[in-house]
Amino acid sequence: MSIILDQVTYEYEAGTSMAQKALVQVSLSIRDGEFIGLIGHTGSGKSTLTQLFNGLLLPTSGHIYYNGADITEPDYDRRKLRQKVGLVFQYPEYQLFETTILKDVQYGPGNMGLSRLEVDMRSYKALKQVGIGEDLLDASPFALSGGQKRRVAIAGVLAMEPEVLILDEPTAGLDPKGRNEILDLIAKLHKERNMTVILVSHSMEDVANYVDRMIVMNQGQVVLDNTPKKVFCHYRELEAIGLAAPEVTYVMQDLNTAGIPVAKDATTVAEAKEAILNWYRGKENRGK
Amino acid sequence: MIRDITIGQYYSVKSPIHALDPRVKLVATILYVVSLFCFQSFSGYVAAILFLGMMIHLSNVPFTYMVRGLKPIAVILGITVFFNLFFSSSGQILWSWGPIVLSTGGIRKALFMAFRLVLLILGSSLMTLTTTPNQLTDGMERLLAPLNKIKVPVHEIAMMMSIALRFIPILLEETDKIMKAQLARGADFETGTIIKRAKGMIPIIVPLFIAAFRRANDLAMAMEARCYRGGEGRTKMKPLKYTRKDWISYALIWGYFVCVIVVGNVLYI
Repeated sequence: MSIILDQVTYEYEAGTSMAQKALVQVSLSIRDGEFIGLIGHTGSGKSTLTQLFNGLLLPTSGHIYYNGADITEPDYDRRKLRQKVGLVFQYPEYQLFETTILKDVQYGPGNMGLSRLEVDMRSYKALKQVGIGEDLLDASPFALSGGQKRRVAIAGVLAMEPEVLILDEPTAGLDPKGRNEILDLIAKLHKERNMTVILVSHSMEDVANYVDRMIVMNQGQVVLDNTPKKVFCHYRELEAIGLAAPEVTYVMQDLNTAGIPVAKDATTVAEAKEAILNWYRGKENRGK
Repeated sequence: MIRDITIGQYYSVKSPIHALDPRVKLVATILYVVSLFCFQSFSGYVAAILFLGMMIHLSNVPFTYMVRGLKPIAVILGITVFFNLFFSSSGQILWSWGPIVLSTGGIRKALFMAFRLVLLILGSSLMTLTTTPNQLTDGMERLLAPLNKIKVPVHEIAMMMSIALRFIPILLEETDKIMKAQLARGADFETGTIIKRAKGMIPIIVPLFIAAFRRANDLAMAMEARCYRGGEGRTKMKPLKYTRKDWISYALIWGYFVCVIVVGNVLYI
């Protein structure tokens, strides 16, 4: 059970003078239950990639397999696929349209031909999981704050109970508090529902603390694909393609250059604290 | 799919036509369109085609690119030709079956209609392909300036037009995004009865309207923040100014206009 991309190339306006390659020969394999961060600069092809995962776009060449079946086959049921691979677009709150929050969330599962009861159950469950209280169910989605709207929109996809959840820049335009809340929510969903999560972002800081695998894109190609720690070791290469490692990485590097031999692979503030304390204790012990 | 439409799109290259004052191009386009209705002969069309061909060649816009803009009108063109070909009888009748008549006059008329439609579209798209929407509304504002005297808000109309033109690609992109987002939520725009499909449009139209209003609000705010207060006393960063090539072009287009009427009516073929 997984998603496999085999030599996928995608070209916008293929066959015209304005043809632009968004993805070039990308091969990837995503296993069940993984929590993946997809990182890249604007125009690196990451948004195109997300739309290929659920069949909204079809590759110009190459194949994509979902659970072993080739989704690029003409007779593959891509509507079914979109129920399995849920995609939350950037600024998802702009897709809200119903009169009440509950009705909006019911739209997704309602399109799947489920029974009334099942639709309701899934909707309530999704709204509860994203932390929208029952007092808001009959409110207009347009009366909510930005962060709440985004939660409702995420619940709208979640209510379809997809096996894979892809989120395109879910934290864009939110304040730091809202950002952390959304990221915590996604981490919680990954744990509770045990689904595969692909988190698209251009911010290293955002994803470093959450994901267990990072895929770095540049100019339509995968340049790095590893655990966050391993990826941040290449911080010079990341800088070259306009990305930056978390601040902590730089602090640890600078400490090393200043002659303080702390572990370089810390990526979070908590890990950095541990590393520095370790070095300090070691020094004290040696001093005795 | 929506992006295939080339009418109203600007093609960015350098050419003598691109460099002309937009007023000249506006007047020339109007004259060209009028000229197409001033004759009923092949000789006139030959002159009109030659002239347009020269202009297209001068404009550096690839001909194939222009022809792509004809795709949306292919159906209208087909219907027009069909009806003129089979339902108008004049001249010598070649073949008939019930009400359907094929006559030499009909063939002539159908051909003229096809030529006229194609030339109309190509001629006007040559203007939009070589003139940015901003230049176009600028030119229109200046050409219509005398109407200010009879209290027509020319500047405001021009401003509204340029904003509307600017928003077309933005709203197209927005539609595309919203459609994809709803498709990702299992929307189905392709199957079902007409009523079901019409209802299926609601999840696109509501967010689209909200987005349009949001953008309008933002734009109004931004304009207010820059103290915009209409056209009075407003100066231009790039004021339109006629140069020699513009006067020559005026002479050329009027020359063409007179020529094509003379050729089309005197040299009747």
